[in-house]
Amino acid sequence: MLATGLAAVAASLKPLFEMEDITSAQQFMQKYYKELTPEDMAKVLQRIEGEVEKEYGVRPHVRDLRPMDGVEFVYALNLSRCIGCRKCVHACVAENNQSRSPEIQYIRVLKMPHGTFDLEKGDHNYASEQVPEKGFFYMPVQCQQCHNPPCVKVCPVNATWQETDGITVIDYNWCIGCRYCEAACPYWARRFNFTKPSIPAERLNPNMSYLGNRPRSQGVMEKCHFCVQRTRAGRYPACLEVCPTGSRKFGNILDPNSEISQILRTKRVFMQLKEDIGTNPRFFYYFDV
Amino acid sequence: MITAARNYLVFLRRCARVAFVGDWRYYSWMGVLTVIILLGLNAYAKQFAHGLIVTGMSDEVSWGVYIANFTFLVGVAAAAVMMVIPVYIYDNEELHDLVIFGELLAVAAIIMCLMFVTVDLGRPDRFWHLIPGLGQMNFPASMLSWDVIVLNGYLLLNVHICGYLLYCRYQNRKPTKWFYIPFVFSAIIWAVSIHTVTAFLYVGLGGRPFWNASIVGPRFLASAFTAGPAIIILALQIIRSTTHYRITDKALLTLRGIVQVSMIINVFLLVCEVFKEFYSGNLHVASAKYLFLGLHGHHALVPWIWSAITFNLIAMVLLVLPVSRGLRYLNVACVLSIVGIWIEKGMGLVIPGFIPTPLGAIVEYTPSLNETLVCFGIWAFGLLCYTIFLRMSVPILQGRLSKANEGISEPGPNDVVAETSVTSHS
Repeated sequence: MLATGLAAVAASLKPLFEMEDITSAQQFMQKYYKELTPEDMAKVLQRIEGEVEKEYGVRPHVRDLRPMDGVEFVYALNLSRCIGCRKCVHACVAENNQSRSPEIQYIRVLKMPHGTFDLEKGDHNYASEQVPEKGFFYMPVQCQQCHNPPCVKVCPVNATWQETDGITVIDYNWCIGCRYCEAACPYWARRFNFTKPSIPAERLNPNMSYLGNRPRSQGVMEKCHFCVQRTRAGRYPACLEVCPTGSRKFGNILDPNSEISQILRTKRVFMQLKEDIGTNPRFFYYFDV
Repeated sequence: MITAARNYLVFLRRCARVAFVGDWRYYSWMGVLTVIILLGLNAYAKQFAHGLIVTGMSDEVSWGVYIANFTFLVGVAAAAVMMVIPVYIYDNEELHDLVIFGELLAVAAIIMCLMFVTVDLGRPDRFWHLIPGLGQMNFPASMLSWDVIVLNGYLLLNVHICGYLLYCRYQNRKPTKWFYIPFVFSAIIWAVSIHTVTAFLYVGLGGRPFWNASIVGPRFLASAFTAGPAIIILALQIIRSTTHYRITDKALLTLRGIVQVSMIINVFLLVCEVFKEFYSGNLHVASAKYLFLGLHGHHALVPWIWSAITFNLIAMVLLVLPVSRGLRYLNVACVLSIVGIWIEKGMGLVIPGFIPTPLGAIVEYTPSLNETLVCFGIWAFGLLCYTIFLRMSVPILQGRLSKANEGISEPGPNDVVAETSVTSHS
């Protein structure tokens, strides 16, 4: 009787053997990002480098880049210029080691008919070859790096938080995958790893950071982090660099002489998406006027 | 002290043994449940290995039937209070000996709730990140951390109340009032809190206009107090027919009164909601439009919600009419209410909140087979737990399983018993 029962339970648990990634003891026991001492962090980074090398055959350089003092990043996007080519989308995927199958992308470009800001009228699936089409404008949307992020408020385990430079980050080793942040985000900026992400080894970007573009595991959230692995080292985000029209502007709002400060000071019209819900984004849309 | 511990262990052992004894109906019922549980376990093992990709969920609709069932079952758990209030506050005689069945149902429902939340996690291995002290709990900011606290608290309260009263009854001694009455009253407030907090999970999201409405909380309570007692009405009749436990029709009719009033309030609140959504005609009506009428050619939920509304309306009419003083019509009304509210609270509340997405895309959701099997498995497990709880508690309440008859063989389910009124509470 008992033996039959145990055999039945064992048989029903058989699919567990199909698991590709078994959580190691160190991964299971790993402490919360903010509780890691510098020595802990050094060990963790080394372990992650080893894990990535084992899986992709490429030894990455994983750093834990911290926010810089006196820096608050802000993004601005010129809607008069954007032509909807989606180069930013693909540059982001390549830079940030996003899963190619299933596809995960941080930037969604909406093709909007002239004369409306009703997002429901936007087309998400337009063909990139024909852009820009007459009678439409294009609006890329990604994480808005809110001053008041609903995703941070709802996370039950503090796995996501806002850093001093304004970037909302995720500790991929702490996230439990409840997807409450995904429900809370008014900009549909968060993505979930519904299965183990797959990235071709030859496409892996080896320049990684802990809170940024290191490969994620199955079952955790990820999102745009203004390319922390680049921007905290003095470079522009990948989406900005690739933009052929110069629609994208990025910089330190605390520096009055930065380009971004000048834009927000001089442009007559700029706006935040869904300003009415009080999230106060660090991402602005502006027009050439 | 040692004797007390020994006695308690003997009590637990005898209870456990009773759970394995029964007639052919009991064995086949438990057998069927076990098969469904194993199918569910197998489906969950697949999900654990391959990730939530085996479900119908997506980045667009990121919660599905797991959270829908969770939401419904929190209501069922909360509704046990609807038997506690009449008994402890209004001294209702008929329900007096039956409260414990409601409380045990709450325990089973909370167990199912916790399971539904767990299977929804992408990283269940990291559950310990939620434990205060060990991990990080984002309290009080995150409504989910509140939910973890209230649900586990409610589980403990009910386990304590049921366990204590049953053990006293087993020893044939009068329960010490201060040892359970304060907990009973805490549980009353706590029951309201579990469902309110669960409603606030949704209400607190400013980016989701369909949920970000103050009526969601009251509607949760009204629908819970309809579906919960309806389930109890059906459960009590099953207990009565299988165990000879004394349950009067009058007790069932008291519960009918509760279902009746709650259903009227529930339908009224639905009317309020529909009016607000559609009359003002602003753009935030999209989700409601998708749910009730379909949006831009997508209408997966339309047949569901209209069946739910039809069921609820028929149930309301039956409950208001005197015909439902007869058990046959009362049972029809109960079944219709339960199904109607399950649809309305689950598919009708959780899914449309995600459609359209905050960026206006419409992606529909249908649960996958694997996901459905996991749900059936959890329901079967909950029913198995409730059956075992009843299998243990009924003989104790009838006095057939007691300290006095220690050492004598365990009672079967159909042993002829004198229909004595048994005092379980105070």
